[in-house]
This record gives sequence, structure tokens and C-alpha cells, in this order.
Amino acid sequence: MAVGGASSGFCFGIVVFPGSNCEQDVAGALAWLGYRYRYVWHQSGDLEGCDALILPGGFSYGDYLRAGAIARFSPVMEAVRTWVAAGGPVLGICNGFQILTEAGLLPGALRHNLNLKFLCRPVSLLVEKSVCQWLDLPVGTVLTLPINHFSGNYYCDDLMLGRLEAKGQVVLRYCQPDGSEARQASAPNGSVDGIAGITNERGNVFGLMPHPERGVEGITVGSGLGTDGRYFFSAIVKRMAGRA
Amino acid sequence: MSAETEETVAADGQDASVSRSATVSHGVGIPAPVSDQIDVLDAEPALQLAMELGLTADEFAELSRIQGRSPSITELYIYSLMWSEHCSYKHSRRQLKKFPTAGPAVLQGPGENAGVISVGEGWAVAFKMESHNHPSAIEPFQGAATGVGGIIRDIFTMGARPIAVLDSLRFGTLDKPRQRYLFEGAVSGIGAYGNCLGVPTVGGEIYFDAAYEGNCLINVMAAGLVREERLTHAIGAGPGNLVVLLGSTTGRDGIGGASVLASQEFTQAAESKRPAVQVGDPFEEKLLVEACLELIECGLVAALGDLGAAGLTSSASEMASRGGVGIDIDVRKVLRREPDMQAFEVMVSESQERMLAVVLPEKWPDVQQICDRWGVAVSAIGQITDSGRFVVRDSGIADAAGQIVADIPAAMLTESAPLYDPPCTRPAYLDELAAFDIASLPLPDGSEQLAACFLQLLASPNICSRAWIWQQYDHQVQNNSVVLPGSDAAVLRIGDTGRGAVSRRGIALSSDCNGRYCYLDPYRGAQIALAEATRNVACVGARPAAVTDCLNFGNPEKPEVYWTFVAAVDGLAEACRQLELPVVSGNVSFYNESFGRPIYPTPTVGVVGVLEDIAQATTLAFKQSGDVIVLAGCPTAAELGGSEYLKVTHGLVAGPCPQLDLAAEAALQKALLAAHLAGLVASAHDLSEGGLAVALAECCMAGGLGAHLDTDELADGLSAAESLFSETQGRVLLSVAAEAADALLGQLVAHQVPCQVVGEVGGDELVVGSWLQVPLAEMREAYEGALERWVNGSAHDLA
Repeated sequence: MAVGGASSGFCFGIVVFPGSNCEQDVAGALAWLGYRYRYVWHQSGDLEGCDALILPGGFSYGDYLRAGAIARFSPVMEAVRTWVAAGGPVLGICNGFQILTEAGLLPGALRHNLNLKFLCRPVSLLVEKSVCQWLDLPVGTVLTLPINHFSGNYYCDDLMLGRLEAKGQVVLRYCQPDGSEARQASAPNGSVDGIAGITNERGNVFGLMPHPERGVEGITVGSGLGTDGRYFFSAIVKRMAGRA
Repeated sequence: MSAETEETVAADGQDASVSRSATVSHGVGIPAPVSDQIDVLDAEPALQLAMELGLTADEFAELSRIQGRSPSITELYIYSLMWSEHCSYKHSRRQLKKFPTAGPAVLQGPGENAGVISVGEGWAVAFKMESHNHPSAIEPFQGAATGVGGIIRDIFTMGARPIAVLDSLRFGTLDKPRQRYLFEGAVSGIGAYGNCLGVPTVGGEIYFDAAYEGNCLINVMAAGLVREERLTHAIGAGPGNLVVLLGSTTGRDGIGGASVLASQEFTQAAESKRPAVQVGDPFEEKLLVEACLELIECGLVAALGDLGAAGLTSSASEMASRGGVGIDIDVRKVLRREPDMQAFEVMVSESQERMLAVVLPEKWPDVQQICDRWGVAVSAIGQITDSGRFVVRDSGIADAAGQIVADIPAAMLTESAPLYDPPCTRPAYLDELAAFDIASLPLPDGSEQLAACFLQLLASPNICSRAWIWQQYDHQVQNNSVVLPGSDAAVLRIGDTGRGAVSRRGIALSSDCNGRYCYLDPYRGAQIALAEATRNVACVGARPAAVTDCLNFGNPEKPEVYWTFVAAVDGLAEACRQLELPVVSGNVSFYNESFGRPIYPTPTVGVVGVLEDIAQATTLAFKQSGDVIVLAGCPTAAELGGSEYLKVTHGLVAGPCPQLDLAAEAALQKALLAAHLAGLVASAHDLSEGGLAVALAECCMAGGLGAHLDTDELADGLSAAESLFSETQGRVLLSVAAEAADALLGQLVAHQVPCQVVGEVGGDELVVGSWLQVPLAEMREAYEGALERWVNGSAHDLA
């Protein structure tokens, strides 16, 4: 499997399911940032040499049945489960987030968008106070990233929502460009409480619907999309380095 | 779909089929049959079935002559498909030879699954446009989805990774619930397929007009990226090599799609043909893309072709014909999804997501291994032979002698297809509409009426924001999108994202055709389609490089329809010559009629342009207060004929369509490119439907900035409505930093392009002298949510 980037010893493992279609984009973003990566095939349980895992976006198994519902049975997910239990960091982007909820590694579920349409557009996101290991931005920072999904409408019941709040598990909320209105009304997909990204209690597993890898290079002109995606990959590297 | 390649003949420049048929009549040059024990049909029922399958009595006589006997049932199905309009281009081939197809950048002209041009640094771009009109008019979601799937296969067949999709769509007006259903279904289908596949849908265009009510148009253009040395072809070579089928299993779906749906007019019975529409599986196609590209990367396939219209029949026979070889297929080896399929059903099935490859026997195990890894089914179904015959056998038949069910000279299927020069008659309606006196219509009076007219145009379904559509498409996957949908053309970086090689180069893509202009004047309308597509590409900063087309017309057997087709081809060919652009691929779709009424002639043109550096890329948005607004190109004339203004305010499609000066167009585009390279362009936008007023509004809304223009500085002698809404061709609206304005004007003048400073960017309203004064918010209100209002039914209650 390809190993890209070189300037840092840190190596991301990018898990590839049949139907993943953002694995190359994540790899390109990591290479641009100077990080090493390697692909982890869905039939393999070998996470050797990986320091953090990324489940990329796409349509694993065609999103047939339900987004992420089949991928969670892939052989690699057993290894991911063990990895998470040992505190290993995992980032699920879009379909990766859906797989993590289907696998029970993150609470809640992602339902069809409220308007029953696929949505590809930039959104404003508010950084909340959380235990997430994948982000080290000041609380209240407003980011712009694109979303690209049909099933990004986050749902959990009130009890769970209370727990997420209490334990600092809500990482990102959709908001207005000035950071206001970080709640359901600002969620283009109808997400409960405007939730765009959550982490587990331990903070090592992070799932979000927006695509940070699409906001790294900054080649898109005139779209309002900048380079806010860069924050998402550097924080975990810094944190792990500090730990080691 | 390979079966739709119009170019088999267009490429060689010689009318091969004429000499061939002469050969046939002498019985010379036809390779000897492999079997003399085929179960043939009796003459009478054979002729009857031939007619049911869409062949004429003469065509039946010709195929019987080639066979030297009555055909078997499988042979008859094969001929009926290969000689259908859809596969044989029998009404268009001779016309298509008029297109210029050569150029220094052309690596593959017409004749393959897609055209290919070099875009520099060893990179090549494969691209083609194709229609999927008829299936979509019956089942819009699957019709449009499989349209995307089919054109994508044409691209990776060439060894290219698909990098972009554009869609040109035409529907009836949205006040009709059926049209809303078709429109929503087609958009969902395109999104569902392209999004899942991970190929960005980066652009396209859409028009709504009653002319398309019974026959919507779904034209899909796709582009792919390949290293020049990795170009692959669908040429079957090497007797003894294995013929291998990859991908989905074969079922009864789509049987007769090409001959029944796409080669006849629509009638009431069309609804009952729904089962002839194929169903797409984008997940399977994604696996197929990855497996095929890996097979090519590893050098494991000698040839690759896709199965599109007419399925295995057309893919295998074209591969054999191009290679001048024979092919021997055992239908029993084809993996099936239904039991008890007959040989002819296997041969004509249009089950989607299948590819045909030619593999050297020693590489077969490696091919199996890669396919297994991707979960792609693969089976060796036959081999290349030196017999020159297209042989179909069924090894499941107990009697060994009776196993061969078809035995056809392969070249005859593609090269001896009948060719027609149907009679042409200039339609009488042309003069009638051209003579319409627009001056007799009342013009809007005073700024209030002008503003109302202006806002009505902004909210028109043919002009309003398309964000509702493209937000349903992933337009960013692969991370190479530089200019997103909503500008004049899409710009993509040339880079094999995630595989290391990324360049600074880029391509720009645009597709265009104003069917109304083509209705009023097919010759000039087709030229305007090319002029606008190239102008769009030039506006974003690219040099137009090559052309693909999708020619949508009514029934070619009607002299008046055929005249419009010939006129459009003549016009487009001449415009391509004058703008020095080769046509490298394309598609013809006839029989776009319902209940005897043809669509507008719609020769959709797709253009690919090249940027040396993506830093050149520019959008239409005004960038900064104080920037100077320049109107460049042909002086605005009183040209409201065929305009959106005429349609929206008077409900009319009449008058002469705008003039087109191709020399001036070429000069404008060259000047524009020079200005881009010199970094003198802050924004650029071409003037099209809705004229200057709409172009201004779009630049303002995209940039979130107002603009102030002096009416004194606009064209002389024209009324306000003409100045604002006239659709004079060859014009662009530029903005430039004040300090660079003189340099920009200098560039334009140096290229003999007329230009004038007309105003300045700034404020939060659009002011055009005493004619218009409209706040940005009011324009947005009209423009941005309009399409959604039309779709959910609230707009036409107001209209």
C-alpha cells in the first residue's frame, strides 16, 4: 500500500472500504501538509505503523441499506474497535462518521437530510468546548468547510443530548457566518441541536459531516472556502507527539 | 456507450461503407462462415420480426444478402441493433464528416469511445458528450443516472480516470407537474450516480421550454485524465487472446433500449416501454472503475471497451471490426442474473456496469486476482479469432453441431450499416418567424416597468440561480475544483489527487446551446452554441482547445427536420473551422419527437479549454468596490429576437436570432486570454440570456457588491429595453482594478476589440442611469430561490 508524505514520522492510516471515494483526497491533503499516510484495506486487520486512523468519505457499499450499515461489518472494523478501546485516535469524515455511529463507536445516528436532497455547499461551523483530541482551536472559533452528504441529519434523543453536552462531546455545531445561532435552525440538514461533529467520552474518536480535506490546499477561488481544514489534521499530531 | 460513437466513419474521412456495399453485392471480401448448421428463420416470419425490430424491408434484404441466407433469430437481433439509428448513425454519418477533427493537440479524434487531447506536461484529457433522452423521458431518475454511468465508462475505457461530469438538460415548463417530476427525477438521478462514484459534477446548463415537454433532453458530458502513455483503445487484436466480461451480471433489463426507445418517435405507448429502461448501480461502477484502472496500470489488458447501447453485441462487434479480426463468444460463459435467458437476450441485454476486455492468456490469472480484490465479477467468455466472423455459440445446447447461433462477418455490422441521405426541405416556419416585427411590440416604459421586467427575467427558470441543482451534486470530490458551478465555466486542476502527481495546469469545461436560437436559425444557432461555450471557457481564463457535441433533433425521416440537422452541422462545422477547434467526439440523438412535434433543434456543444496555471482562473463575481466595469466585444444592437426578454414579457419565440461575427468572436477571446495572462481581469462574465442587465446582476450577486453605470455611456440609438436585454453575441463584461483599467483597455484595443468603460463596482444596489435602480437584496430575492419556488409549485401561482 502506498505510503505518501515524508517529512514527519507520524503516520495516518486511511481505511478504504469498497465505495470509499475521498480516500485519495484525504491522502492528498495529508501529503500537502507533510504527513505520512498509508491505506488500510477493508479486508485487512493490520494497523501496523499507524499512529491515527481516518475513515474517509464516500459511499461504502454504495450506502445500500443505510449509509455505513454494511461497512461496519467489514473485517477491518474489528481491528478499529480494538484500536479505539486502546485509546487510538480515529477520525470519521462524512461516510466515516456514519460508519462510526453504525458501529456504535459514536452515539446517535445520521438520518436523511431534512429536505431529502443531497447537499454540497459550504457551511459555517462553531467550535464548541469539548474533550475532542482532534481539535485544539479556541472555543468559539468559526470555521468554513464544505458539507457533501445525503444523510447528515444527526439524531439522538434528549437524554443522550444531555449527556453529550455534559461530557463535552459536542465538537462542532452549524452556525451563521458570524458564529451566532449555533443550533438546529442553522443546520442545513436538520441535525438535532445543530450538531455537525461529536466525539466519544474519551475524546479519541471524532466524527463530523463536513469535509476538512477539502479545505486544506485552498485552490478553490471565489467560493468562500479557505483552508480551515488544516486544523483538523495537525492537532492530533501535536497531541500524540506531546504524549510520546 | 461505444455503440453510439458517431465517428467510426467520420474519422477516416473516406466513405468506406459505399465501397464495402459494392464489395458485398459481388459477394467478394466476406470471410467464409464458420458454421453451416445454423437454425435459421423462415423468410416470412423473419421479415416480420425484422420489421418489429425496426428494420426496413430493404435493410432486411441487404442483411440476408450479406448472410447469403435467411438469418437466425440471434443474428436478426444483432443486425437490428447494430443497424438501428442509435448504433449506426445511418442518417447522420455523411453529415458528420463535415466537422474538422484534426489539430496539433488531438491524440484521439472521432472513432473511439471518447476523443482525447494533450493538455501538456504529458497529461491528456479524454472527453465526450452523450444523450440519454429517451430513457429519461420515461423514467427520469434511472434514465439520467445510467446516462452518467454510460458516459463515465466511455472515459475510463480510454484508460482515463473520470474527473468531471457536466449536464445539459432540457425540460418543458415547470408549471406542468409532469415536467417538475422529470426535472427533479433527472437531477436526483445524476446526483445519485455521480456522487456515489466520486466524480464531481462541475457544470452544465438547463433550459425550460414547451418544445421539450414530451421529450426532455439529458445530455451528459464527461472528462477524464490520463498520462499520454497510458491511453487505451477498444481495438481487439491478437487471435487467441481471451475476451473477458467484467462487472455486473447480465439480465433482461434494457433489452431493445437502442432500437426501440432511441430510434423511434414517442407515442402514447412509451410508458409501457418502461421495462426497456436500464437500472444503474453506481457502487458496482465505482468498483469497476477502480478495477479497470488498476488492470490498465498493471498492463494486463490489450483492449478495453464498455457495454452500452446494444450491450455485448455492439461492444464485441466494434472491437472486432476495429481490429480487423473475428470474435467467438460463448453466451453460456456469461454470468447471468436470470435463468433461461436465450442467446439473443444475452447478446442484446443492456444491463449496466459491464466492460469487455481483451486479455493475453498468460495474464488471465492476474486479471482474476485484481477483479477478485475489488469484488468485480469476471468471466472469460470467448476469444479473438482470425476468421473475421462474429460468432456466437451456446455451449449449453446438447447437440454440439447446433451450438453456433450466430455467424456474421464482423466488419459488416459496423461498416455495412445502411447509410441514408434523407430528403431535405427548408421549413416554412423559418421565414414566418424571422419576419416577425419586434418593433411593433410595446416596450417597457419608465424605470418602474423596466425594473419589473428585469426582476421577472432574474426569476425566469431559464436565468435564475442554478444553485438548487448543483448543490445536489458533489462538485468538489477529487479536490481539484478551482472554479465551482455558478461561473461561466468550471475549472479543474490537472492532478491525480492522492497519487502524488499534481500540476499547476488546469482545464476549463463548458457546455452550451440555446435551442430557441437554433429553432429560429439552425445554422447560426449552432454557431452561437460554439461561440458561447468557447467564450465561457475564455471568461474563466482558459484557451479553448477542442470540442465535443451532442446533436439532438427530431425525426430525420421528416424532410423539414432533416434540413435543420444539416443546417446545424454546416453551421457548427464552419464555426469550428473559423475558431480553429477540432471536434474530437460526439453523439447524435434523433427521433426526439412526441406526438408528431419535434423538439427545438438542439446541437449541444461541449468545449474543453486549457490553463497553463490555475492562478489564471477567474470567476464572474465583482471583487472590489471601485473596480472599473468594462463592456468588451461587439457593440450592442437591437437584437431582442429569440431573447428571454421576448419570451418572458410577451410569451414569444420569434424574430431573427442574434447575429454572430466569428472573426470578432475569435478576436475577443484572444484578447480576453491575453488580458487574463497579464493579470488584468478581476472578473469576467459573458453576456447571454437576459443581456447586459442580467449579466450585471449576476456579477453583483456573486460578489455581494453593487454597481453604478451611466446610461450615457451605453450604446447609442437603442431603447432602454434593447440596451439592457438585447442578446447581442460576442460581448463580455469585465471588471478591473482602477489602476489597471488603462492596461486592460489597451490590450483589448490592441486586439481590435471594441470596448468601453461603462461604470464602477460598489454600493449595495445596481444602478443603470435613470433606467434601473434595484437593491442587491431585491435581485437576490428574485434570483436565488426562484428555481425552488418553481419546483415546489409556489412560483407559477404568482406568475
